Amino acid sequence: MTPEVTVARSLDEALAALARDGAAAHVLAGGTDLMVELRTGRTRPERVVDVWKVGELRGVREENEGLRLGALSTCAELLRDSRVASHAPLLVAACREVGAEQIQARATLGGNLGTASPAADLNPALVALGARVRLRSRRGAREVAVDEFLCGYRKTLRERDELIESVLVPTRPAHERQLWRKVGTRRAQSISKLTVAVALAFEGACVSAVRAAAGSVGPRTLRLATLERELVGRPLSPALCRSAAAACARADITPIDDVRSTALYRRHAFARVLATLLAEPDGVPACPPS
Amino acid sequence: MSDAASPPEAKSSPEPRSGSEAKPALTRRAFFKGAGVVAAGGVIGEAVHASNARAFGPAMLEGQVEVELEINGAKQKVTVEPRTTLLNALRNHCNPPLTGTKLVCDRGSCGACTVHLDGKPVYSCMTLAVDAVGHKVKTIEGLAPQGQLTVLQQKFCDHDGSQCGFCTPGFVMAITACLERNPAASLDEIQNACSGNLCRCGTQPQIFEAALAAGRALQSKGGK
Repeated sequence: MTPEVTVARSLDEALAALARDGAAAHVLAGGTDLMVELRTGRTRPERVVDVWKVGELRGVREENEGLRLGALSTCAELLRDSRVASHAPLLVAACREVGAEQIQARATLGGNLGTASPAADLNPALVALGARVRLRSRRGAREVAVDEFLCGYRKTLRERDELIESVLVPTRPAHERQLWRKVGTRRAQSISKLTVAVALAFEGACVSAVRAAAGSVGPRTLRLATLERELVGRPLSPALCRSAAAACARADITPIDDVRSTALYRRHAFARVLATLLAEPDGVPACPPS
Repeated sequence: MSDAASPPEAKSSPEPRSGSEAKPALTRRAFFKGAGVVAAGGVIGEAVHASNARAFGPAMLEGQVEVELEINGAKQKVTVEPRTTLLNALRNHCNPPLTGTKLVCDRGSCGACTVHLDGKPVYSCMTLAVDAVGHKVKTIEGLAPQGQLTVLQQKFCDHDGSQCGFCTPGFVMAITACLERNPAASLDEIQNACSGNLCRCGTQPQIFEAALAAGRALQSKGGK
């Protein structure tokens, strides 16, 4: 069966379509996941709700609690936004390494969240930033921490009649260092073997708060609880960077062998990459809008 | 996702396989065509579901829909299925067919189908034709409408920037967008701009030379 395609031109139309046949429908945004899955037969929806033209899901705006990013924000838009660059350089660094320019022009924040692939590059960045996702349906809106929202292998807390509307990246603490690293087969166009995202806040020389997450090393985007516990309240010495990274690689991640890498490589590389990353003095280099 | 309609290129008379006069029926094109149909069968169904063509407007699209696309500066009405990709629409539903945009991987990996959507390079195999409505589409045919090559195209010729040529339109579109943004783009920026394009003949060194030469020429000309 050819899926029926509903092209929604407003948020109301999209929500109406999802309320009517959410159970049978798949949401289409930039198409960088779904168009491939339709082709391979991995996903065979009866209906597709195309939200690409829903203007209410676009744009970036500053709010009291932080920066609100529309679900249809593409990697390319996020890369060029100076507010995102100063607020969340970690997210910009992640966007820069998604696919190549043609993918960045279409791949969206909401699509990364909705597909909830463990290899999605933007999701670890959002978890490390403590971002919250706003879901909307005809029943109303609710906000969920991205960390909870991504609840399993390609599973989220989204109900079938809900649409991912936006993401809030909370206001950053004064002294923060954001760290990002992706390891793939090549720099562009490769799906990650591992990704790691860390946001460290400091009080004097000591780490006062940490949020860290990793991709492609477990069934979902993983929060790195051991790492966070090891680092809080201590000065970030080279020895601590190594020992915390090693403890984290033992306890926080559950990599497997798959087409892109092996569990052994991932666990080994993860510990080394994380230790090196933590020891970087400046974090993600300031990203001028490109 | 190939439609039942075969690409116009496949209509040329089949060339017999060399050294196999007994089986002239099996040709490279026929093989690929057949393989394409099998692949499409696994996707959304064997039958192309032809119902009445309707004007674009109702939110729910089924069967055949008529959409107006702006391609290379000219508006054109095409009748497509809602799931038809922009790539497929360009190659098989436009009049005349725009086959300069190539179908290769059909899954957003190789870049041969790169076109510009509002000046930005995108993979047309991952973009629905209905999503291109209201946006300006530019294909390789739109670069040199009068047959007068652009600076970049001429530099591709001068520097032997293609071998089999199948990836060339995609590379040209990707680099054109990069040089439009910044004619002084560095080698690194050019490599980044076409990192989503693959050339299996291995002509990248010549492509990069061509791109840098085009950038220099554009700078000295101060634009196009």
